[in-house]
Amino acid sequence: MNVEVAGTAGAKPEGPLKLAVPRGALLEGTLDVLDAAGVDTAAARGESRALIFPGQGISLVMMRPSDVPTYVEAGAADVGITGKDVLLEQSDRLVYELLDLGYGRCRMVLAGRVGDERLGESQRRLGMMRIATKYPRVAERHFEATGRQVEVIEVKGSVELAPLIGLADGIVDLVATGRTLEENDLEVREEIVECTARFVANRVAHKLRAKEIDELTASLREATAR
Amino acid sequence: MIHPIPPGTRDILVDEMRELRRLHLSLIDVFESRGYGEVATPAIEYDEVLARGDGRTANSAYRLFDERGDLLALRSEMTVPIARLVASRFAGAEPPLRFCYLANAFRAVRPQRGQMREFTQAGVELIGASAPAGTAEVVEVMDAALDAAGLDRAVIGLGDADLYRQLLAELGVGGERRDAILARLAMHDLVGLEAELSQAGIEAEQVSTCVALSQLRGGREVLDEARALGGPAVERATVRIGETFEALEERGVAGRVRVDLGLLRHLGYYSGAILEVYDPALGHVLGGGGRYDGLLKRFGVDLPAAGFALYLERVHVAQMEEESRRGGGS
Repeated sequence: MNVEVAGTAGAKPEGPLKLAVPRGALLEGTLDVLDAAGVDTAAARGESRALIFPGQGISLVMMRPSDVPTYVEAGAADVGITGKDVLLEQSDRLVYELLDLGYGRCRMVLAGRVGDERLGESQRRLGMMRIATKYPRVAERHFEATGRQVEVIEVKGSVELAPLIGLADGIVDLVATGRTLEENDLEVREEIVECTARFVANRVAHKLRAKEIDELTASLREATAR
Repeated sequence: MIHPIPPGTRDILVDEMRELRRLHLSLIDVFESRGYGEVATPAIEYDEVLARGDGRTANSAYRLFDERGDLLALRSEMTVPIARLVASRFAGAEPPLRFCYLANAFRAVRPQRGQMREFTQAGVELIGASAPAGTAEVVEVMDAALDAAGLDRAVIGLGDADLYRQLLAELGVGGERRDAILARLAMHDLVGLEAELSQAGIEAEQVSTCVALSQLRGGREVLDEARALGGPAVERATVRIGETFEALEERGVAGRVRVDLGLLRHLGYYSGAILEVYDPALGHVLGGGGRYDGLLKRFGVDLPAAGFALYLERVHVAQMEEESRRGGGS
């Protein structure tokens, strides 16, 4: 693979550190923070549809935020950045969560239709609410912790649709500005947890590439403290 | 016709079996040549007996009832069954006792994650030899086993299981609060760790000390860095690790050992030194072990003990990666 370093002997793992970068809503903020931490992101900012952008000390690997824990747990990526919402939903994945990067702030909430009492009514008369969500495990844990029984319905696309046409009584979803909720006549009923972007590491890489990962953690901490 | 097998299990076919057997024999060779005789124990045991060793280990096991209504469990590792074996079969024997094994064990892990529910462990148990000499002997065997497997880049992490228990006791944190903090530490969830420590009423300065401590890993100099962070619990742990490290240097096997103050293993019976093995070719831990000086006592024999186990299938994967790296590289 990395021809230029293939000859180096010893216990040093070879090649640049592979950093999983989340595409989508977190991308802009992630590239800005990486820039501030001294990581060259120019190539990743262009129009290129490439998935890997090789760099000097660090290579950027572009992927869906929800795939970041998978790649990092397996060690295919050494480190990565993704949302706390993803980490909570995949909490059984063994990745080290090293730093709260502070950006990408949003809330995981329970929402229902404005002026509609179906959530309470289902709870009272049927003993359980039907909740549509892309985060079934976060939702299940929340209702379990608050002593309520729910039927969690996992959907992949626009969750807001579910209560509008009767699939569910309410939704558990991530809210940044609240505009999508508003436009769909939904309102926040409960706040579950606040989520931000997090810096994670593979546990073997954390041991074997300690110096590089510690340095990157330190510069990211400095970059986000500003 | 296709007949299914349960998720997390698999058939091993001829080519793989041949290689696994070769690896298996070379590991047992290393163990036997150092005086560790091979033993086997039943794959199913009484649940009550396994739980005596470690409640949490028994929890993750598969359980079933036999025809008399007794609760049985599939073993999830070999250290507890060997502790049972030593207490029942070698109660009067002159220590130290040395045993090795190659055995299947079972854990209800989630499939499709690079972990199987049935897997093979190869390991040793050294009963009746205390720290630091006993620990050093076990690391020496581990080092030789990694050499025999051709994993010349593999690294052994050396930590201390009592460090954080004692540190938290020093800070006055106990009970559920302590368990929650230890769980965060084991996962290296540093964001959650900071939050838990602050909620436990620990001052900001000590919170950052604790977090910094968990990130200390590297050569022997790490012990000085840790000592600078202060506290009697840290002092005691660094002395223990330092003694082990010296014993390793005397045996000439400190080369691939890295001190790691962030090391914490999930099994409840560890005390003192803990070990983990990594290879750069694999994102998963290859094996681990350490001291469990209190375990034999739970079975009625008060002897110090140490040991380790390697995951045979993972070692095989790493072996293949290392071979192709050597073949295709320089």
